[in-house]
Amino acid sequence: MPSRLLAGSVLAVFVVFFVLPVLWLVLAATKTDQQLVHDHPLSFGSWHTLKANWDALTAFQDNAILLWLGNSALYAAISLVITLCVAVPAGYALAMTEFRGRRTLLVSTLVVMLMPNATLVVPLFLEINAVGLIGTMWSIILPYAFYPFGVYLTYIYFTTAVPKDLLAAARMDGCSEFGVFRLVALPLATPVIALVGFFSFVANWTNYFLPYVMLPESDQMPVQVGVGNLLSNVPSFNPTVGELAIERPQLALATLVAITPVLVVFLFAQRFLVSGMLAGATKE
Amino acid sequence: MAGSGRGRRRGASPQSRAGMAFVAAYVLLLIAFGILPTGYAVYFAFTDAGGTFTGFTNFITTAQDFRFVDAVGHVTLYLVFWLVSLVLFVVGLALLLHRLASRTAGQALRFLYYIPGALAGAASVLVWLFMLDPTVSPVSSLLGLLGFDTFGEVIAPGNLALLFTVIAFWTGAGGWIVVMYGALNNIPKDVMEAAHIDGASAWQTAWHIQIPMLRKWIVYMVILAFAGGAQLFVEPQLLSLASVGVAGRDYSLNQLTYDFAFQMNNINGAAAVSVELLVVSVSAAALFVARSGFFDAD
Repeated sequence: MPSRLLAGSVLAVFVVFFVLPVLWLVLAATKTDQQLVHDHPLSFGSWHTLKANWDALTAFQDNAILLWLGNSALYAAISLVITLCVAVPAGYALAMTEFRGRRTLLVSTLVVMLMPNATLVVPLFLEINAVGLIGTMWSIILPYAFYPFGVYLTYIYFTTAVPKDLLAAARMDGCSEFGVFRLVALPLATPVIALVGFFSFVANWTNYFLPYVMLPESDQMPVQVGVGNLLSNVPSFNPTVGELAIERPQLALATLVAITPVLVVFLFAQRFLVSGMLAGATKE
Repeated sequence: MAGSGRGRRRGASPQSRAGMAFVAAYVLLLIAFGILPTGYAVYFAFTDAGGTFTGFTNFITTAQDFRFVDAVGHVTLYLVFWLVSLVLFVVGLALLLHRLASRTAGQALRFLYYIPGALAGAASVLVWLFMLDPTVSPVSSLLGLLGFDTFGEVIAPGNLALLFTVIAFWTGAGGWIVVMYGALNNIPKDVMEAAHIDGASAWQTAWHIQIPMLRKWIVYMVILAFAGGAQLFVEPQLLSLASVGVAGRDYSLNQLTYDFAFQMNNINGAAAVSVELLVVSVSAAALFVARSGFFDAD
């Protein structure tokens, strides 16, 4: 059938579009710059070259790439912990308890959630500058930790997936309010905790603008800003670079290294991504 | 105590106090990193360096900057390309995937489409710098066919809106395809069966049943993509690093705010542009919330 053939080819073309660059990137890291230009684009170089590229990459500014990775991990991990400790109780309280100002808080969460955070980078800089935290890791960790989308996700989860009667029953049994949260609600919240954790981790790990502004020193950069920095040391992209240059395969390797943690977390979170937010995405 | 469930005294119940305690830390962050910077931006936008109220002077000065109108034009063009391609291809691909007979193939394809999502931020831009450089690109013959032989030709200013669209689509589309696919699955089976029995073609079913039922999700996607797209920064910034001279560092509005603030020492001008971006994005979002009933959960 021609229409099915057409549909099939459209889907296949998009597979190539989405996957080819990733595949190329992985292979590029195993080649020399010469091979990158002259060999088949989808050929494998050698393990030896991969090792050599790694050595050249780590030699750049004396292990800068490892330092950047460490920075990213530190920033993402601390802000993740704060996000979870803040967002989950907040979402729970918005969904399951009544208190004054609840509606106002809910509405402002929605507004702030839809407010793109890049617009606030300059004002945030001014604010952080006013309290003298520019150049410290808190200048990005604290803004990262503020994650209204996580509160909203938790709120939705508790309103739809946990019956209020369950909490009422626990209260009848003499559970304190904190006990209800810790003993009843929290164990039920594992899927949404994983989901919020995943989204917040990826958002923080991939953020560029905020750390670019807040942490100008090279040894404080997270890996996203770091690879941007590497880019301006690649002669083929930036002919003004002098001796201490980075070659393209090493930049490709740096890019791969920068995304690996996200890929790992992504593979782990796959299950939750499908069963959690995208509950409808699998056919029953 | 027992009869205190009435009116304002409810604020004192243990449940209410616990609720407030649970949200306290979040409220603190909300004020510090949501409300305060917004207020700060507005304050700076309407004052001069000395803190004197200046009305709309900052807005007028920045709008008269020779780069401002260009940047607005760039971002607008990019948004048009980006939103049109997103709606067209995401909905189209989700519909095609949904018609796929084999479940496993559908699942595999959704996963493959989703992979670039892990390369958000600077990584996706770096990947595409390679893809667009004819000397190393795996599709250099395709670039050649289109008449591009050097990296400089590919990233000529006139092509940038389209290139940024490709990059953004490559990283962002997969997630939306999964979302749309999920929404398509939630259309009741009997509705689809009825259409089938009535002899509706695939095209008619898509146009008259499936797409109308996706409407809410499509609008949601467009609003979020609009708000995100208006913030364009990392793509043009990295490109300007990679192409000294070809792509400027004043392509997008957010690059301008960066330049005003950190190169020209015009914090107030930067704040004015930030406020403009914020107003546009939040109005779009508010329109969406008001019209679509998307957040009717409460």
